[in-house]
Amino acid sequence: MGKTISEKILSEHSGKDLKADDFAIVKVDLCLLQDGTGPLAVRQLDKLGIKEVVNPQGIAVFLDHAAPSPRKELSNDHITLRNFARKTGCYLFEIGEGVCHQIMSELFTSPGDVLVGADSHTCTGGALGAFATGMGSTDVAVAMGLGKTWFRVPKTIKVSVTGKFQPGVFAKDFILFLIGTLGAEGATYKALEFTGDAMESLSMPERLVISNMAVEAGAKAGIFASDKVTKSYLKQHGREDKFKPVLPDKDAKYDREINIEVDKLVPMVSMPHTVDNTKPIDKAGEVKVHQVFIGSCTNGRIEDLRIAAEIWKGKKRDPDTRVIVTPASKEVYLQAAKEGLVEIFIDFGATVTTPGCGACVGVHGGILGDGENCVSTSNRNFLGRMGNPKGFVYLVSPATAAASAIKGELTDPREYF
Amino acid sequence: MILHGRSWKFGDDISTDLIAPGRYFHLRSDLPELAKHVLEDADAEFAKKVSGGDFIVGGRNFGLGSSREHAPTIIKLAGVSCVIAKSFARIFFRNAINIGLPVIECDTDKIAAGDELEVDLEKGVIKDLTKKIELKFAPLPKAMTRILGDGGLVEHIKKHGDFKIE
Repeated sequence: MGKTISEKILSEHSGKDLKADDFAIVKVDLCLLQDGTGPLAVRQLDKLGIKEVVNPQGIAVFLDHAAPSPRKELSNDHITLRNFARKTGCYLFEIGEGVCHQIMSELFTSPGDVLVGADSHTCTGGALGAFATGMGSTDVAVAMGLGKTWFRVPKTIKVSVTGKFQPGVFAKDFILFLIGTLGAEGATYKALEFTGDAMESLSMPERLVISNMAVEAGAKAGIFASDKVTKSYLKQHGREDKFKPVLPDKDAKYDREINIEVDKLVPMVSMPHTVDNTKPIDKAGEVKVHQVFIGSCTNGRIEDLRIAAEIWKGKKRDPDTRVIVTPASKEVYLQAAKEGLVEIFIDFGATVTTPGCGACVGVHGGILGDGENCVSTSNRNFLGRMGNPKGFVYLVSPATAAASAIKGELTDPREYF
Repeated sequence: MILHGRSWKFGDDISTDLIAPGRYFHLRSDLPELAKHVLEDADAEFAKKVSGGDFIVGGRNFGLGSSREHAPTIIKLAGVSCVIAKSFARIFFRNAINIGLPVIECDTDKIAAGDELEVDLEKGVIKDLTKKIELKFAPLPKAMTRILGDGGLVEHIKKHGDFKIE
């Protein structure tokens, strides 16, 4: 019987012929730790009495959630992680180098890999054709120590997407729409496989947006078949040799199939306080915007910053709306500077911050005041997410965020296209 | 194992941000201190009111969001013996088992706040002693029963030197 992409990758990594719902021990290629989950993973490895990791070249540690550290406790956590990296010989990415998922995509994740990360948005790696999933610190500690983990092979929902995105409508609008359709637990324990001409025509940065948010529908993974787009992205990052086509079999068995047509898709908004609380922008009502945040592992890439710059060029932000732009990595930041985007942002009245996760996860660098609304390109709007349970987070595309910063209220970006 | 305690009722979509808020990110390496804030944004007084052995009884998709294992860990540190919910988010569920916190999927509508509960994990039965009703739940997958039975994943690996889940 044919296999889905998840069944293929997990079979290959277990040496067994696996199908959905089988339990298996699986070899792990890549592990990811960040500064919120890494210190606990290090302590768990100590408890296990494991001194050496199996494959240091497959482990990356990121100082990104508190970058630069705003508190002594977090500075001490950073020391723990620096020492761990030094001792084990794994990769360490210092403050300012960027958000873990962006750097994993640029430097590490390849088609057919099994990637486990102590961060729920590890599923971002599915865009590159990897089986990539978020786990807790102890699971990742064991994966680092033993080089393997256990999985129940997920059933797969095939998401077939056809048609053409209209101007001003983006991959972010699609994934918000899909999460609204599936619900926040619509894909729990399952993998999503994205296919169809509308998905095949997407660039890698847009695919990363979609895979990144698979977990917001509860999914274990959100995977694209690897193709020429994958190949050219790997080439762009000097990793063309890592390309291999990983495709589902034609007779693969799916849990179910969802068909979506994007021609009529409009800009979408996830209203507070759940990601699946989505509305088309014309049904979102009037929302005064106190803060706009463009950044995160979802939408902090150079393509996102170009969209904002295009909309903002020669304009000023609404005087009552502050604007934070956080490039997803050092590479993105440098490119934005080279292209003159940083100048446009500063002229517009935005502040540009160190690549990292601080604003999105409510640690520092963008915490909301009581009763304030933030229009954000990030991936979660749970109560308290941006550091204050009395704040309200609206999730949108970079275009919608940029348009809203000009008007000072939630704004349909299509007038700028 | 038989667990006994009172029910603390929560609604649907209790996220890890509600359980372990991001504003206490700096307390993640001081778990007893972080545990003083457990579920603070869902019930500000919960950490003060909960007694050892009590149950958290949730609705749908309990634990959605982040992979932070600190969320089930501080629930356990607060003295909660078990989380019962209609459904769980995947990462939270696995993390709870890994740190030795039993989690049960079951229709929780009939359980009210403050009900006295007795849970038999092996038999798969919840007795609501206040309501005088019994609710049944399906056992965990074998892999998880093994890990939970050993007291969590660290203890499991220390005991067997490897995964022993079949």
